[in-house]
Amino acid sequence: MKYDPQPTLPAPPGTLGVVGWMRKHLFNGPFNSIATVVLAYFIIIFMWPVIDWAILSADWIGTTRNDCTSDGACWVFISQRLNQFLYGFYPEAETWRLDLAFIMMAALIAWLIIPKTPFKGWVAAFTLLIFPFIAFVLLSGGYFGLESVDTHKWGGLSLTLVLAVVGIVAALPFGILLALGRRSHMPIVRSLSVVYIEIWRGVPLITVLFMASVMLPLFFPEDMNFDKLLRALIGITMFQSAYMAEVVRGGLQAISKGQYEAADSLGLGYWQKMNMIILPQALKLMIPGIVNTFIALFKDTSLVLIIGLFDLLAIMQASANDPNWIGFSTEGYVFVALVFWVFCFGMSRYSIHLEKRLHTGHGNRA
Amino acid sequence: MSEAQKNQDQLMVEIRDLNKWYGEFHVLKNINLQVKRGERIVICGPSGSGKSTMIRCINRLEEHQQGEIIVNGTPLVEDVKKIEAIRKDVGMVFQHFNLFPHLTVLENCVLAPIWVKKIPRKQAEATAMKYLERVKIPDQALKYPGQLSGGQQQRVAIARSLCMNPDVMLFDEPTSALDPEMIKEVLDVMIELAHEGMTMLCVTHEMGFAKTVADRVIFMDGGQIVEENEPNAFFNNPEHERTQLFLSQILNH
Ligand SMILES: Nc1ncnc2c1ncn2[C@@H]1O[C@H](COP(=O)(O)OP(=O)(O)O)[C@@H](O)[C@H]1O
Ligand SMILES: [Mg+2]
Repeated sequence: MKYDPQPTLPAPPGTLGVVGWMRKHLFNGPFNSIATVVLAYFIIIFMWPVIDWAILSADWIGTTRNDCTSDGACWVFISQRLNQFLYGFYPEAETWRLDLAFIMMAALIAWLIIPKTPFKGWVAAFTLLIFPFIAFVLLSGGYFGLESVDTHKWGGLSLTLVLAVVGIVAALPFGILLALGRRSHMPIVRSLSVVYIEIWRGVPLITVLFMASVMLPLFFPEDMNFDKLLRALIGITMFQSAYMAEVVRGGLQAISKGQYEAADSLGLGYWQKMNMIILPQALKLMIPGIVNTFIALFKDTSLVLIIGLFDLLAIMQASANDPNWIGFSTEGYVFVALVFWVFCFGMSRYSIHLEKRLHTGHGNRA
Repeated sequence: MSEAQKNQDQLMVEIRDLNKWYGEFHVLKNINLQVKRGERIVICGPSGSGKSTMIRCINRLEEHQQGEIIVNGTPLVEDVKKIEAIRKDVGMVFQHFNLFPHLTVLENCVLAPIWVKKIPRKQAEATAMKYLERVKIPDQALKYPGQLSGGQQQRVAIARSLCMNPDVMLFDEPTSALDPEMIKEVLDVMIELAHEGMTMLCVTHEMGFAKTVADRVIFMDGGQIVEENEPNAFFNNPEHERTQLFLSQILNH
């Protein structure tokens, strides 16, 4: 048999690159081609006015409403009020403290998220155990010569972040304890956990906030007046931990009985078994559920406006009622929606990434 | 020292008039069993006869309602500290290995010695490597269980138990989840262990293994011990009809 070395040929035209992709996915067959064209037509018809309003004929530069002359969006409103949207009524001279706290937090989170950074354990411990105190001192002041800033001056995106981060971080450990309690063999522990979870899950967050803010003080002596923000945080945490507990329980149920038995047979105690064997495996399975509840909570924080706390949404509404800027609430809502979306989308992408990374780390046959 | 006391000291596991129910279902009926130090016992019987339940009672993976179980001189009672103390002395190997999939082989082996026996990590790792060598997989120490074959995983599970330096080992059908070509590598490890004098209670249908190492073979059916004898007599002259039937079923294929 004769052996003929064949030349290496380029791929046929129209199978590679953008054209190739479009052929394969958008124009493969007459039906799909028609569908593509029709859908593209509708998208353009509906999206065009939006794009035109938001970008093409929008006003970007200026200082007052008089600079908004075209019929598009008036982003001047946002840029003029940005400080308030970010910092609420926090004294202008002190906003660097908020910046510092959130930059620190972002840096710590980035350190923990980026794979292969050293000292992860120590950084995590610092973030959870020490950083909250640093952030508290920075934000509320009163120590180290920092001017004390009352919590009713907090507001805007920074308040939203405080509510969400505290709610998220505090609810997870409580949620884990509640879930373990619900699966406990001790009847009293189990009943208490079930009652707690079912009561809190059956109540809307808005009611919880209302009770924490309006009704709770009625039960306490007049002069015992603890902070409104603190009350809201406690309410949110208690509410959130009930949801977290159910997510954690789902993860725990997915761990096979054999894992518990192996840990038991080696003589590990209950907490050793949970901390080293069961929870590490369960938490991995719970990531999507946890992130889901995080995202829900992040958006729910805007309900605090009912008890007179000015989160990002509330402060935007207040600004839009300013006589100087009346009529620009659409821009405000779009901006707020965009900010919420960026944070929630970020969390969602990170959870997908984390799932993939933990999944490929090592196979899971046993 | 009295005769009775001496007898007591030689017993590794003693089960007296053990009865157990799952709800209404009477799963273990009047079990009596004495296992001396260094004795190797094989337990066989049809599926559902209560073999697993019985050996799982010995380290309290199952609770019993009536009767007494004494392990290494300590009676099993409703006391977490006592139960954990007994579990330190009793190793167990499961049908489905039950390795911890999120930990490496070495971590699987050192976890309990470090946290339960408070052995320094360095020393625990040295011991673990010694046992991984004994089961002939020291080169897999840094892999995850999911990367190993079934036979290798079961050998890791045996090594993990041995790292706690137990006085008695319980095996619950250690080879029945394995592909045929891997059964021998696990049995070889178990035979070696038996020759070194480990006290063993082993639920298995590997009759070759029973003939090689067992001091006694126990046949269970319907939650009871039907017959108990040394292997030669057990296989050649089974007393009860039920035993004969069972043996003919498992030996004829
Ligand atoms: N957790 C349980 N709840 C109720 N019944 C059980 C439970 N575990 C086992 N059983 C029943 O107890 C009997 C004995 O089971 P087992 O000890 O596993 O038998 P073997 O190991 O000999 O196959 C079986 O009939 C089984 O269905
Ligand atoms: Mg069984």
